[in-house]
Amino acid sequence: MSITPFVPSWQYYRRKIAGATMLALCYLSAVLAIVPLVLIFFYTINRGVSYLNLDFFIQMPKPVGEPGGGMANAIVGTLVLVATGSAIGLPIGILTGIYLAEFGNNKFAYFARFMTDVLSGVPSIVAGVVAYGLVVVPMKHFSAAAGGVALAILMIPTVTRTTEEMIRLVPHSYREAALALGIPMWKTTMQIVVRTAFRGIITGILLSIARIAGETAPLLFTALGNRFWSTSLDQPIGSLTVFIYDYAKAPFEDWNNQAWAAALVLIILISGLSLAVRVVTRSKFVQR
Amino acid sequence: MKYQNQESIVSHLRLKTSPRHNLGDVVFKYTTMIFALIVLSLILLMGYEMYQDSKPSILKFGWSFLTGTTWDPVQEEYGALPFIFGTLVSSAIALVIALPLSIGIAIFLSELAPPRLERPLSFLIELLAGIPSIVYGLWGIFVLVPWIRTSIEPFFSRHLGFLPIFHGAPYGFGMLAAGLILSIMVLPIIASISRDVLKSVPQTQREASLGLGATKWQSIRLILKDAKSGILGATLLGLGRAIGETMAVTMVIGNRPTISYSLFDPGYTMASVIANEFTEATSSMYISALIEIALLLFVMTIIVNMLARILVWSVTRSTR
Amino acid sequence: MTTDVISRSTTLSAKPTEKQGQSTSVKMTARNINAFFGKVQALYDVNLDIAGNRVLAIIGPSGCGKSTFLRCLNRMHEVAGGTMTGTVELDGQNIYGTDAVLVRKRVGMVFQKANPFPTMSIFDNVAIGLRLTGGVPKSQMNDVVEHSLKQAALWDEVKDSLNKSGVSLSGGQQQRLCIARTLAVNPEVILMDEPASALDPIATAKIEELIYELKKDFTIVIVTHNMQQAARVSNTTAFFYMGKLIEFDETKTIFTSPKQKQTEDYITGRFG
Repeated sequence: MSITPFVPSWQYYRRKIAGATMLALCYLSAVLAIVPLVLIFFYTINRGVSYLNLDFFIQMPKPVGEPGGGMANAIVGTLVLVATGSAIGLPIGILTGIYLAEFGNNKFAYFARFMTDVLSGVPSIVAGVVAYGLVVVPMKHFSAAAGGVALAILMIPTVTRTTEEMIRLVPHSYREAALALGIPMWKTTMQIVVRTAFRGIITGILLSIARIAGETAPLLFTALGNRFWSTSLDQPIGSLTVFIYDYAKAPFEDWNNQAWAAALVLIILISGLSLAVRVVTRSKFVQR
Repeated sequence: MKYQNQESIVSHLRLKTSPRHNLGDVVFKYTTMIFALIVLSLILLMGYEMYQDSKPSILKFGWSFLTGTTWDPVQEEYGALPFIFGTLVSSAIALVIALPLSIGIAIFLSELAPPRLERPLSFLIELLAGIPSIVYGLWGIFVLVPWIRTSIEPFFSRHLGFLPIFHGAPYGFGMLAAGLILSIMVLPIIASISRDVLKSVPQTQREASLGLGATKWQSIRLILKDAKSGILGATLLGLGRAIGETMAVTMVIGNRPTISYSLFDPGYTMASVIANEFTEATSSMYISALIEIALLLFVMTIIVNMLARILVWSVTRSTR
Repeated sequence: MTTDVISRSTTLSAKPTEKQGQSTSVKMTARNINAFFGKVQALYDVNLDIAGNRVLAIIGPSGCGKSTFLRCLNRMHEVAGGTMTGTVELDGQNIYGTDAVLVRKRVGMVFQKANPFPTMSIFDNVAIGLRLTGGVPKSQMNDVVEHSLKQAALWDEVKDSLNKSGVSLSGGQQQRLCIARTLAVNPEVILMDEPASALDPIATAKIEELIYELKKDFTIVIVTHNMQQAARVSNTTAFFYMGKLIEFDETKTIFTSPKQKQTEDYITGRFG
């Protein structure tokens, strides 16, 4: 019996080496991707922590030139803006998502789904321009309400598509079980299907809230910004992000430092929401 | 036959309706449909609103708005070319840097990494995508720009200074800084969607090529070939993001409406001119011109996103 | 062709206040049932009378249309996207002439795979049907749930853990929970689609005992591929093959002296 030995040819070595080089480059790019993340977190925490104190949370901004002060109004302002945006955006997004999941097999729905995806790619500054035209111009002044409208436009596509996808994940057998009990379709959807998909939908909502909480561009000429205390929807309102922008550009070191502190608070807020997502995903009744 | 009307039952049931609709079901269907209509009309409303508001500018400048290089609010003369140039160049720089890296990461995540490495890395990439653009901008002003001014730009002008793109004084703020920061921002988008696209290539494809004696890399190349249009779609989505990105770019690009070949020189983008000048715009023609830029931006991103979605959909759908 | 069969049919009236106690009356009739999935025909001209307060077993090899027929009896067939012709009557009233919701409240269904609602407690799983279809005041809900769980022979096992998730139970318990859920809305007919096929022998035995008990109060139609099970639990048996009803008779007759060759071949294990 003759045995064929494994004899490598020179082509073999060539393609082996070429392959190894490319794979090494892939590994390298994975490492490189982490570098900016680490740098950004490092600087934000490093510089933010030293200027973060109680005053930051409970004090109002000091006039130009006076050191100290805080951003209490901006923190509340961000909350007001996010709440307003959610109050408008969530019902529209969730109900649209339900429509697409439940009645989504027609041309209209395909088109609506496509346009929702396209809407999610519209730049946030454009949403600001639209809210300016829709709210600021008729009201004749900047307002928190206008900022809320801009943020709502930005959150609708995300909420719509996650709601739809989460509802589609619910096994058909639950729907059948409910229908077989004589429960009408719409109650089946709202009480059984949506309830089963609830955690997934909440996840989508929290993520979209995290996104709009970090938005700056759409607020610049809608909510504008405000150095004084305000919670009125009718008035301009301050927000963490716009404060970071103004303070980062300012020629005062104290303000620059406060911008870092605000950035840290923003990152903590957003990471906190991501963490909340994880807690929500681990609730009382675990789905298998 | 006893039941002569079977045909009518069939046609009836084929419409999936019950003879007597449950009123709640009908109300429910049309209520949710109204909301879907709201979302659909929102995008039309946005376009209409901006078109109306930019009409004075459109009527006055016509197509020369796109080719004019003078942006002079005092003389009420508006040409958007410097901004279009800035947007396209900064986005192009971002893609040149981010695309190879993103594909590398996508290959790593979908083909090479063991699950215990893949999950945390995917999570970190998502985290990168979740950082607000204002934080990127803050980091850009205080960390990236000084670094570019003291290290990167001197290095390039010393060694490659004969190229026109590396001419000029190392100022820090400029096109290069904008392109770099944009590349970091679009990287997670391109990487994560490309990973999904690669993962949707059936396992049998990998086994087939490996079974023919291909090396790992050769088999990956075949997979990349299959996933080409999906990766192109992912790139376009990244491009859409880069085009519309506002805060981070505004904070590092230098904000000067000029067209320069050098990457070291300051520039201006469509998004950042809106962000910077909107609240300061005093005349109605000024505001109208800015809104026309917003409308252009809107149309550009919609076209890019439509192409991208069609490409990504066609790949991830057909293989499911 | 233009006359609408629907307009001729009577509407389902309110549920009768008392159930028929006699066993021989016809509860449901199926006439000329042809069922389709798109262009594929699943049932050919099936005619069958279902007697009240008895157990009808439907047997046959996989793909013979037995589940499809079952689903035509409470209009679940259309939920899966199918179409059909023919009529199904419940107490002489066409179930295709009214709102499907009203039909399904009177003709309940238990599925092959236990499917308790995962986000609900055991209590809520049983109560949900009544809660969403209305008619029972909150004060009576506890009694209804307890009664239903007792009927489903699950009460003793879960009475101390009613707030636990429905999916925390074992497979057999989950299926009995699904039966209790169906019983709670107090249907007249219960359709069971291979209710024990995913269960172990002990759990299966419990379900079979339960069916025996339930036929005192309900009319039961059970689809099964297990012939011993059909022989044990049913009064009458229908044999389906290739979408056609081949033979329908007293269970004893079917299993001892079938009239059709195909039936005999199937029950003696020559195919299927």
